[in-house]
Amino acid sequence: MMKFIRVDMTTLSSTTTDVPEKYAGLGGRALTSNFVNDEVKASCHPLGRNNKLIIAPGLLSGTSAPNSGRISVGAKSPLTGTIKESNSGGSSSQMLAKMGIKALVIEGMPKGDKFYIIKVAMDGVTIEEAPEKILNGCGNYDAIKILNEKYGDHVGMALAGPAGEYRMPSANISFKDPDGNMRSAGRGGLGAVLGSKKVKGIVIDPTGAGNVPIADPEAFQAASKVFAKALLDHPVAGQGLAAYGTDVLVNILNEAGGLPAHNFTAGRIDHNDNISGETMNATISERGGEGKVSHGCHKGCIIRCSQWYADKQGKYITSGFEYETIWGLGADAGIKSLDAIAYIDRAMDDVGVDSIETAVAVATAMEGGLIPWGDGEAVLKIVKGIAKGEPLSRIIAGGTAIVGKVCGLYRVPVVKDQGIPAYDPRAVKGIGLTYATTTMGADHTAGYCISGNILKVGADLDPLKKDGQIEYARAMQIGTAAVDSTGMCLFVYFGIADNPAGYQALIDMINAQYGISLTSADVDELGKSVLKVELEFNRKAGFTNLDDRLPEFMEYEPIAPHNVVWDFTPEEIDEVMKF
Amino acid sequence: MKITVRLFATFRENREKESTIETAPGTKVEDVVRTFNIPPEDVAIIMINGRGKTLKDVLSEGDVLALFPPVGGG
Ligand code: SF4
Repeated sequence: MMKFIRVDMTTLSSTTTDVPEKYAGLGGRALTSNFVNDEVKASCHPLGRNNKLIIAPGLLSGTSAPNSGRISVGAKSPLTGTIKESNSGGSSSQMLAKMGIKALVIEGMPKGDKFYIIKVAMDGVTIEEAPEKILNGCGNYDAIKILNEKYGDHVGMALAGPAGEYRMPSANISFKDPDGNMRSAGRGGLGAVLGSKKVKGIVIDPTGAGNVPIADPEAFQAASKVFAKALLDHPVAGQGLAAYGTDVLVNILNEAGGLPAHNFTAGRIDHNDNISGETMNATISERGGEGKVSHGCHKGCIIRCSQWYADKQGKYITSGFEYETIWGLGADAGIKSLDAIAYIDRAMDDVGVDSIETAVAVATAMEGGLIPWGDGEAVLKIVKGIAKGEPLSRIIAGGTAIVGKVCGLYRVPVVKDQGIPAYDPRAVKGIGLTYATTTMGADHTAGYCISGNILKVGADLDPLKKDGQIEYARAMQIGTAAVDSTGMCLFVYFGIADNPAGYQALIDMINAQYGISLTSADVDELGKSVLKVELEFNRKAGFTNLDDRLPEFMEYEPIAPHNVVWDFTPEEIDEVMKF
Repeated sequence: MKITVRLFATFRENREKESTIETAPGTKVEDVVRTFNIPPEDVAIIMINGRGKTLKDVLSEGDVLALFPPVGGG
């Protein structure tokens, strides 16, 4: 029987029970979003005592299924005020699943200023004062080292960085990866929720954990093999992502004229090859040393889109160096050196802020005159200043919407106060529908319409035309909500989008593990049900269809080179979430 | 007529990333692809002047042709 753990930070105590029946068949996002909708007062202040944070492995996490080690974190978001699910790699998902833990809930709020570590082990949960050394500005890299010394290298961790301690709306939660670096549940400020509950970190000690029970091991193995083959045989999932990382998109979006530049005033840049995936690959290869072209964010990832980016001496600077971060700093904020961006990426991981929100906020601040355009050194200093709570740093860590207000701008690229990432909705219409309508605030991963619009995987739509986009954005959001519930990395989509056998194998693995017989129609229903509870929460929190709109400037400022504006009508946008 | 050809990702291995070539009117994308010794079936994304196209599309003077193998991210 799986366990359901609740930690009450008001009384500094915990209870472990069987999983409530309603949640028994759920995992990942399906579980976190149902829980938040059931238990969190929708009108609560996200940093007040009535918010709750839930961490849950996916349905397949902890098994031998490839790429199944993503972990979901849910709460009401301090950035958007909506429901939030943010997922991450790292080792914690597999550990929790193997320990038989369905979910860990953190609720309440202690009196006083002390920060705590929640330690989860096979023999129970303990709540201890956080070591002084990891507080008051200590970065995540050092904090992981210090906690490794205290609890052992083998433990998993989820940490609030300094930004989380200060409850900044862009604070992330950092999950330790197998190499002692980190991956982040980035979006929506969930690190601030952890910080508000005075939880500096969660330490997971899997010593004594067994294997995840599998109802039909043979069927599971067989399906897992088909699934792995589908991933490895696909040129994107099997080779492309490992070679160039997600940063390969710089040149594609630049060619397509959908790479937002200079705070969303152009769709193309000239220095694309300074920051492209091709250049990243060549730089890592040439420099050698600790650099690695491909790397997995958790054990069992066979796609390995991550990498270790090293300096000229071959010393590790950062890992998980993603397209969206590089786009934000490199194209939107005009920082032309990949090294400069790498140091900022490291600093963002270290202080614990979402690298997308921060990069978009930085570009907005440049337009507002707070930072010189393209000045990587200035940005690095400001990001590092988040650890000390410096005023300008706090403004940036407040997120794009706050920066826009502080600077008196109308050109503020947000939906529901969350920064718009990396793909201009005017030039790639499908993704604009996702940004507008997702329950999460602007989020490309909620329904990755770039796939069929630009990459020609899974569909073939004209990115400048409306045709088919509404249905596509709806289907992608439904499918994503289901995949986010399995613990699978979203990139498995590339392997199964055009391969029905691969998709069936994913369903077969779930069936073999739980001894059930889901069909693809059931999986579709699961996705729909997740979106429905999220929409219900947002409605209760005061959101209406009028919040499902892109920033107005996109309707009247055409973007070059295609000189297009955002032209979906409100009625058309509202069709997306009708199902 | 002159066109510019841009290659990306693995297509750059042992090839120039950008070149301007002289070609006859009526040249199709697949003709250019062959000139570069790229098997047409390896081309996943084709853009002319930033718009998605196919192997059968015909090029015009001054066009910028971009060719990508299957790549993706997110
Ligand atoms: S493909 Fe990338 S994001 Fe997905 S599990 Fe692997 S390393 Fe993590």
